[in-house]
Amino acid sequence: MAALAESWSWFTALAVGVSLFKCLFINAYHSTDFEVHRNWLAITYSLPLSRWYHENSSEWTLDYPPLFAWLERGLAQAARRWDGDMLRLDNLNYASPATVLFQRLSVVCTDLLFIYAARECCRCVRVQKAPQDVLSRPSFVLAVLLLWNFGLLIVDHIHFQYNGFLFGFLLLSVARHLQSRHLQGALLFAVLLNLKHIFLYVAPAYGIFLLRSYCFTLDRPDGSIRWSSFAPLRLLALGGIVVSIFALSFGPFVAMGQLSQVVSRLFPFRRGLCHAYWAPNAWALYSGADKALAALGVRLKLLQGAELPRAAMTGGLVQEVQHAVLPSVPPAATLLCTLVGILPALVSIWCRRRGNRAFLRCLLLCALASFLFGWHVHEKAILLAVLPLSILAVESREDARIFLVLATTGHYSLFPLLFTPAEMIIKVCLMLMFTIYSFTALGNLHRSQGSLLRPMEVAYLLGLVAVAISCEFVFPLSPWRQKLPFLPLLVTSVYCALGVSYSFLRLYATLLRSDDKHKQL
Amino acid sequence: MQTWSLVSISVLLAVLVRWGVSLNSYSGAGNPPMFGDYEAQRHWQEVTYNLPLQQWYFNTSDNDLNYWGLDYPPLTAYHSWLCAYVANILNPDWVELHRSRGYESPAHKLFMRITVLVTDVLIYIPAVVLYCLYLTDGSAKRRVSILLSILLYPGLILIDYGHFQYNGVSLGFALWGVLALGLGWNSLGSLAFSLALNYKQMELYHALPFFCYLLGKCIKAGLIGRGFILLVKITATVLVTFGLCWLPFLPDPSQVLQVVRRIFPVARGLFEDKVANTWCSLNTVIKIRSILTSDSQLYLSLAFTLLAALPSSIKLLMKPTFWNFKLALVNTSLAFFLFSYQVHEKSILLAALPVCLLLNEFPLMCIWFLQASTFSMLPLFLKDGLLVPYTVAFLGFPFLTVYLLSALDDCSEDELKLGTCGKLFSFLPKMHLACIMKWKFYVSMALMAVLSVVSVAMDPPPHLPDLFPVLMSTTAFMHFLGVFLNFNIVQFMDPPRKKSRKKNN
Repeated sequence: MAALAESWSWFTALAVGVSLFKCLFINAYHSTDFEVHRNWLAITYSLPLSRWYHENSSEWTLDYPPLFAWLERGLAQAARRWDGDMLRLDNLNYASPATVLFQRLSVVCTDLLFIYAARECCRCVRVQKAPQDVLSRPSFVLAVLLLWNFGLLIVDHIHFQYNGFLFGFLLLSVARHLQSRHLQGALLFAVLLNLKHIFLYVAPAYGIFLLRSYCFTLDRPDGSIRWSSFAPLRLLALGGIVVSIFALSFGPFVAMGQLSQVVSRLFPFRRGLCHAYWAPNAWALYSGADKALAALGVRLKLLQGAELPRAAMTGGLVQEVQHAVLPSVPPAATLLCTLVGILPALVSIWCRRRGNRAFLRCLLLCALASFLFGWHVHEKAILLAVLPLSILAVESREDARIFLVLATTGHYSLFPLLFTPAEMIIKVCLMLMFTIYSFTALGNLHRSQGSLLRPMEVAYLLGLVAVAISCEFVFPLSPWRQKLPFLPLLVTSVYCALGVSYSFLRLYATLLRSDDKHKQL
Repeated sequence: MQTWSLVSISVLLAVLVRWGVSLNSYSGAGNPPMFGDYEAQRHWQEVTYNLPLQQWYFNTSDNDLNYWGLDYPPLTAYHSWLCAYVANILNPDWVELHRSRGYESPAHKLFMRITVLVTDVLIYIPAVVLYCLYLTDGSAKRRVSILLSILLYPGLILIDYGHFQYNGVSLGFALWGVLALGLGWNSLGSLAFSLALNYKQMELYHALPFFCYLLGKCIKAGLIGRGFILLVKITATVLVTFGLCWLPFLPDPSQVLQVVRRIFPVARGLFEDKVANTWCSLNTVIKIRSILTSDSQLYLSLAFTLLAALPSSIKLLMKPTFWNFKLALVNTSLAFFLFSYQVHEKSILLAALPVCLLLNEFPLMCIWFLQASTFSMLPLFLKDGLLVPYTVAFLGFPFLTVYLLSALDDCSEDELKLGTCGKLFSFLPKMHLACIMKWKFYVSMALMAVLSVVSVAMDPPPHLPDLFPVLMSTTAFMHFLGVFLNFNIVQFMDPPRKKSRKKNN
């Protein structure tokens, strides 16, 4: 037992190292999200509960669920002692050194939950035989992939957000499910939903999995569901947990008759199809095709250039989009596409009792499908797939392959988030560091059967390097810079969208193929 | 994992940490009229770019030497000129004569920071990588651990990327010299070291060991045979390098004299501020500066310095092995730091570099010293507004290196290196001694941490305004003196037996 405890010292080293590393970027550039969270601190601290979702003196209104607002309120208690001025509602865009330090440190500290969750995930890793060398242990590789994740580091600690804390809940909940502690997993996920509602995207996987594998205790011999084995007590327990968390979070607002106001803040459907920067998803491909067709049409004199709607998709402010040639996409269509995208995965885990890994795979497919087809998707949402996929990547060769493609393209698509020259070095070096590590470490883990990637995939990823160099270095010096300012964003998202879609299809293939294997058995 | 990937990850991490520190403030930011070292470097760019070379070191109406006059050797001046050339392309306001004085802007800061990073990536980091790969014993993992520890030494990072200087250049050249000598390329080594000397005169701290090592090698090879040819080759290399560096100044002897006068300002006094060397620490008991004249202070410090450096130099001359060379570098540079005239607190970096090279053999001792050296510069960092990166470094460096090099497990080995001297303690059981070392380490870390916190958070009592700086410099001085004595003893004991290190983790 002592030996086991000692063998985790590497984890402590990684965790302490990354925490201190994060502190180095306290004075780095931060986006408007910094002011958003400062404003929320002020709102939750200085206003009564009934005003939280009505306050609109700043343009950054509170649009996270109530539990997150309570978290801000807790942080505000500490902030009061630090620099009380940041808690004044009228103190817009206040960013004194003490405020910056406080907010940055609050992200580093709340990340402790993520570190704990990463540790739990590492303990879930299945290995046949732990190698002597620490560096080639799957759990070590997983710890690095999670703790030193490029996307999480730049989004949280430079761009500024609390994703680490939120993903801590998600990973911890996944780890609990992998450990078959389903009630705890459900509790954590319910809390997570009330912290940030973007995780609703993966809720179908949770719902179906828990209903199928937790509420039904027995299967028919062929693996399909045995209806008589329904355990109502289990369903009651699950429902009780979820309902009570939601009641705790939304109850006060229901009592005050503000539910519709809260919901309208949480789901602002006035926003456009694509976010300010295009996320690399199906709609980026669609819009890219639209642009290409429009250009082609003008060239062939089929369309009048003046009649086309202005290319306002990447104007920075969130607004409605009009396509030039292809039909415009209403929100309902995106919802439908998403549902169609996740349905086969849900059916697959419903029809046959599958292991906890299949649940994780289904969760990933939900995340990716909603990323690919969702309405107004942020490019940051790719982390929802990259982080949980790390767990599968260290266990299986096929998943490692998908991970390398998805993580590289997904992380690269985050590059436009940091556009200031001083942060350029950080994003390039950090990305290189993470990518070199993930390629060599995963290659090393699965080295028994030759190289991980196929030639096509290698060519695609090398193309990404070319895109990166031309967008980041060549384009700013070229004459097109004035005429087509959005071109790099367009190229980046279209090129990355290919990789993300490819990973999605491959991941589907692994789920359905393992289905076949079950049938044959 | 392949070594190349571990090495590249370490280098990238080192670059990232450097860049993270460089996002912070620099010395004299927004602090007219004199600003700080950042403005000094910018001013040198302005002067070298706009004035003819003959005026660089002279006080003229265009060149006020009292305002950050150029006082480094020619190579620094050329480097400044090169930076200024680029700066002028990017934005002529940055180096405009007179008008640009005290120029500060985010874009300019970015430019200056990048110049430091470029020199580091070109000179210092490759030298460290090659040293660790070729001249360090042990498994690939061990070598990478040493590499990472050296690259992340916070003292150098905080001074170069926080405070703002180009120590990476002179230290990098010196390290290239050590590297070349270690690989047996004597001429290349002396070339690199001559460049270091011509970049920063403080490299004289390292000159004695280089001289003794090379001379010792020549003597060993026979002064009337091959050794003589070697000596001629080395002398020629050094003379030619110096000649080329000083070429534009050579036609006029008054130029040369003026440069030398600028480089060695003997009129400045025995010590400035609170530096952790002998004179400053003695000053709390005896006020030397008021007892002795300025001249006798100079001779006194010279005599002590030579006396302190003598033993290890003689040993090196008699036995010119690479091992002795490394130890002599530590001992001599520490002797200079502790006893010489006009020492700056930043000069400890000159001792820190050779100490880094011994990390593999004496992990605990070296980590201890490196930590103390970072600690000794705290007053400077506080003045520059570098508290956050200092805190990160103070916590991170010992933690990381002790873990990476498993320093605390190996400390009984330290005693082995003390050889016969260790036998003095032989009445104590072996384990006991390792335990004492460990506890001494912990206590000293705690002491430094407490002093750091106190000096940041508390006001000194009104009748003792300098209490905390003096306490800190004295504490650091004790550490430096201890390390100096320790490595002198190590050098006079037997060389280490080639042990086959069995590292199995």
